[in-house]
Amino acid sequence: MNIQEQLKEIVEANDVVLFMKGSPDFPQCGFSGLATQILQQSEVRFASVDVLADNAVREGIKQYSNWPTIPQLYIKGEFIGGSDIIKEMFENGELKTKLEGVVAA
Amino acid sequence: MVTPEDIKGWIEAGMTDCSVNCEGDGHHFEAVIVSPEFEGKSRIQQHQLVYGVLGDKMEAAIHALSMKTLTPDEAGA
Repeated sequence: MNIQEQLKEIVEANDVVLFMKGSPDFPQCGFSGLATQILQQSEVRFASVDVLADNAVREGIKQYSNWPTIPQLYIKGEFIGGSDIIKEMFENGELKTKLEGVVAA
Repeated sequence: MVTPEDIKGWIEAGMTDCSVNCEGDGHHFEAVIVSPEFEGKSRIQQHQLVYGVLGDKMEAAIHALSMKTLTPDEAGA
């Protein structure tokens, strides 16, 4: 299985998955930390992938979504965006709508 | 070191009727970008457009760019 197939599997196997730098407990970048905080405040269960742990994942996920930056949020297989978009959708309520039906934390 | 003026220049050069307001400290930047090219596009597509214009600079020169994309209507222009 190549990296793109692996990433597809991760994205589809998890209702909510955040590709980030570091872990939710120890984010290694302010933008990843912000995305983590928003998901924690949204009280949903989410998976996270530390892109710093694997360079193939770090480069691969940028191609997967045609998006050059980390973090990246996926909900039910759909690419939602990076930290700016996550923040905007959190503030205007769109994120809550997207997260309906997702298992609570 | 990259300046906010560099980023403003790069984005404005690559997009139609684009106006950029960018602030930053050389490492982290915040840009508000207004262009009619954003009309009819999703937020993801709007940001992808800007990333496309910045190209390799996004990887090499800019550590962190936070952006807000607006159509002229949204900007109240």
